[in-house]
Parts: sequence; structure tokens; C-alpha cells
Amino acid sequence: MNQTFTKSMARNIFYGGSLFFLLMLIGLSTHTVTVLPERDNRQNITPEVALGKKVWEDNNCIGCHTLLGEGAYFAPELGNVYERFGRSKEAIKGFIKSRPVDGIPGRRSMPQFNLSEEELDAIAEFLKYSSEIDTNNWPPNIQG
Amino acid sequence: MKYSSQSVAKPYFIAAIGLFVGQILFGVIMGLQYVIGDFMFPEIPFNVARMVHTNLLIVWLLFGFMGASYFMVPEESETELYSPKLALILFWVFLVAGALTIVGYLAVPYATLAEITGNDLLPTMGREFLEQPTITKIGIVIVVLGFIFNIGMTILRGRKTVISMVLLMGLVGLAVFFLFSFYNPTNLVLDKMFWWWVVHLWVEGVWELILGSILAFTLIKITGVDREVIEKWLYVIIAMALITGLLGTGHHYFFIGTPDYWLWIGSVFSAMEPIPFFMMTLFAFNMVNKRRRQHPNRAATLWVLGTGVMAFLGAGVWGFLHTLAPVNYYTHGSQITAAHGHMAFYGAYVMIVLTMISYAMPILNGRDAANSNKSQVVEMWGFWLMTVSMVFITLFLTGAGILQVYLQRYSETPQAFMVVQDQLAMFYWMREAAGLVFLAGLFTYIASFFVKGEEARLTPAENVVSS
Repeated sequence: MNQTFTKSMARNIFYGGSLFFLLMLIGLSTHTVTVLPERDNRQNITPEVALGKKVWEDNNCIGCHTLLGEGAYFAPELGNVYERFGRSKEAIKGFIKSRPVDGIPGRRSMPQFNLSEEELDAIAEFLKYSSEIDTNNWPPNIQG
Repeated sequence: MKYSSQSVAKPYFIAAIGLFVGQILFGVIMGLQYVIGDFMFPEIPFNVARMVHTNLLIVWLLFGFMGASYFMVPEESETELYSPKLALILFWVFLVAGALTIVGYLAVPYATLAEITGNDLLPTMGREFLEQPTITKIGIVIVVLGFIFNIGMTILRGRKTVISMVLLMGLVGLAVFFLFSFYNPTNLVLDKMFWWWVVHLWVEGVWELILGSILAFTLIKITGVDREVIEKWLYVIIAMALITGLLGTGHHYFFIGTPDYWLWIGSVFSAMEPIPFFMMTLFAFNMVNKRRRQHPNRAATLWVLGTGVMAFLGAGVWGFLHTLAPVNYYTHGSQITAAHGHMAFYGAYVMIVLTMISYAMPILNGRDAANSNKSQVVEMWGFWLMTVSMVFITLFLTGAGILQVYLQRYSETPQAFMVVQDQLAMFYWMREAAGLVFLAGLFTYIASFFVKGEEARLTPAENVVSS
């Protein structure tokens, strides 16, 4: 590198630049948090939705599925599954309930999680809540 | 070895490689589950295999970073490690805690693990890469704090170099941002938003400081180039890494419920994220070209150049490929993401740890600088088998991803997820084959440690300093 560009100049760019952009990130994130109520569907977070998120996490659903595009890519996107299943919570519950214990020969199959009726209701409610978050129109179509 | 306390690095490196084997074995299992859906079902369902695969990766890279730090810092600080005993105690704590967590994943259903580890008290589990039970997370914090204390005290009482200060900043950043893993609000958008403060600000932020620091250290040792030159490069690289990477976080805020101004901020800044990685490539090649001595450890030189190239390809090029918001609208959460993830992690973080191990291990084993020529040839075979097969894994996943995006999201008649997956089977089979070659490469690499022979030394003719 050029001799006129000294190490202390490089150091100053590092400290100055990093600090500036860290503050930018914190500032923008703070702004985002303040405007999120308009987009994140928080008015529909009921105790049942909260339980649903807990069921979602306790069974590591993210280990196969994506939710709003994040997670594993082994099984379908679930951010819009409520829409895809015809806005039917019963359809979601029915699907989860009916998974065979020993899987399907040669095919991918969701494990049988033996969820209680309360947990099934909660997870369906959580997925309904998720589908109503404003995601800048993602996914591109109903297939997720 | 200049300082006897550097030897605590050795168990860390051995554990890292051992866990690396576990990671790849589970990778091969998952690869097969992609095409034979009921393989090992229901004993090891995909989600469990994936959790083991990704968590082992994180843990062994942390072992690698810690080992690298224990090796580098005494030499940089020109003093013995503050407490080698603490380093060894933390080694066993971390290894046992890590092993118990993996056993927990495999032995009981995840929901049972969540229950018996008290996830109800402070729910942090069940989020991608942060699946560890809360008590394991607390354990990680304790181990990392003890480790940073040990490294920090060593730096404090010795020579303070740019390399050790950058390393320390990276490690402190790693610890600080991990604390966000304990923040798990019910609000999914907030949860996702700050989940990235662990994941993105680790791998596209502070980990790049650690990477840059290890790269700079090994380049000084291997090439003999003046420290002033190397340190200037290091500052510029990490400056670019954070200037682009901090707001680059925005490329994860496109479609998770965050406001639409992130579409612009994320696209612009993450489009510049390849710059620091390209500079790493230039850095490695420039320094090796300007070397003031030949180094008998040619394998380490190969690793250092390989890191420069593969980090740029995996993190830089494959990252850029899908980072612009209009592209990411179609590729978000597809096999394109998986392709990028594989080559980026391998090229940047796996290879830098293996670079350090390649440089340090002969010295830790009591040699002057290098293994025998025979051993180095085997190691280089390991390098090429792993690196080339990772290129192919990435290409096959990219092929699968392009087809998936087209069939499922772009065409006039979008098809359902599983219908599309069936049509990708050929790509998945080829990826699996490449994965098996990777495994063979890993075993070759490990075999190189057991190849005996006299230490490689330079012939007088080779020892001419090039200017």
C-alpha cells in the first residue's frame, strides 16, 4: 500500500468508521422498534399466540421449516401456511395431528409431536398471527 | 515454541478437529435425508441432525478461535499466558458442556430437553443456531468470559500489538453480541430482529476481526513481511468489514416485518460487504509475493492463500449473488441461502482455523517450524479434497436453488414446496456425493497428523531472501 497512507490513518478510519456505523445501526434499529407497532401485528398477540410461539420453539420447528424465510430449508415455509391452508386453523391442526409415528417410507415426513388440543390450538393461532405480519409482500406467491 | 504456556492451545485444536468430524458425519446424514426422506427416521429426524451439524460447527470454531488466541497472544505479548491452568479448566468445562448438549439433542426429544433444562424459566431455545438449552448458553458465557479475562490479562501485562488488540476486540464483541441470545420476546418480529444481532453481527461483524487478526499473525510468521505493513492492511480490512457489515445487517431486515427503508440500506451496504473479503485475498497474495523468507511449512502457506480465495468466493461472491432486495425477494430462504452458507463458513472460518492449526501444530509438537514433507503432502491432499468438494457442494446447491426459485416462486405456475423438492433430487444426490468426498478429505487431513518423517527444512538455495 501507498507510503503516504499511514498506519495511523488506517487506524483512525477503523475506529471512526466502526463507531459511526455502529451508532447508525443503533439509531436506525431504535427507529425501527418505534415504528414496528404499525407492521408487526402485535395487537393480535394473545396469551394463546404466546403459548403457540413457545410450542413452536420447544419442538424446534425451525429445524426443518422456514418462518418468514428464516430457518431450515427441508420443509415448507410456514409464514403463510394459514393462507395456504385456506385460512383454516382446523386444517393446520389436522395436518400436525395426523403425522404417522414411523414416517412415510422413502419420503420426508413431519414427526408426530403428540401435542395436546390446547397446544394445537395455540400453534395454529401463532401461525395465523405470523401470517398477518407486514413482510413487504413476501413470499412472492402462496407456495411460500 | 517460544512460550511454554502456548501449549494449552493443543487440546483446543484437537477437540476442534474431533468435533469437526462429528459435524461432517451429521452433514452427510442430512444430505441423505434430503433424498431418502425417512433415513434414520424417527430416531434422528432432520431437525435434530441439523441442530447437531450447525451447533458442532459453532462450538468447534469457538474451540479453534480459543486455541488460536492461546497460541498467538503469548507470542504477540512476549510473555507467558496469564493462567494456563484456567485455560485448561475452561477447556474441560467447555468440552463436557458441549458434549452433554449434543448427547441431549440425540438422546431425548427436543421438547423433553427443553423441559428438563428449565426452558420455561427463561425461554431461549428453539431458535435457529441458538438451540442450546439456556443453561448451556449461560455456560458458554461463563467460559467465554473466563477466556477473555485470561487473554486480556496476558495482553495487559505484555507488549500490546495491533494484532492482539484487534483479536481482543473481536472476542469481546463475540461475548457482548451473544448476550442477545437471551432476549426472546413473544413478538416474532422483535425476536427475529435481535436474533440477527447475534448471528449477523458475529459472522459478518466481530468474527471478521478475529479472522483478520489470525490471518495477519500467520502472514507475519510465514512471510517475514514487516509488521508495520501487515498491521496497516489489517486496519483497512477490518475497517471495511465493519463499515459495510454493521448496516449490512439490513439485508436480513427485508421480509421479517421490519420497515421498507431496510430494503435500500441493506442492499447498498451488503453489496459492499465483498470488499473486505476481496482485500483479504489481495492481502494474502501480496504478502506471500513480497515474502522476505521461505517458510518450510508450505501446507500452512497453502491454507493461508486458500482462506483468502475461498472467503472471498463464499462470503463475498455468493453473498452478493442474492443480497440485493429485488433478487432476495425470490431467493430468500431457498437452497441459494444454503449454498452461500456452506462456502462462506468453510472459506472464512473453517479455513482460518485450519490455517492456524497448520501453522501451530508442528510447533506445538516440538518441531522447529514444519512437519515432514510427506506429512505436508498428505495435508495438502486434505486441503484440495475438502476445498474442491466444498466448491462442488456449493455449485450443486446453487443449481438446486436456481431451479427451486424458478419452479416455486418465479414461473407463471408456481408449484408446491414438496413437488419442487422432488424435482431437485439429482442436485441433492450430487451434493451428497461431494459431501462424501469432503468427508474423505477430512480423514486425509487428519491422517496427515500421523505421518512421521524428518522435519522439512529448506535447502540453502531456497533460503535466499527475495526482495
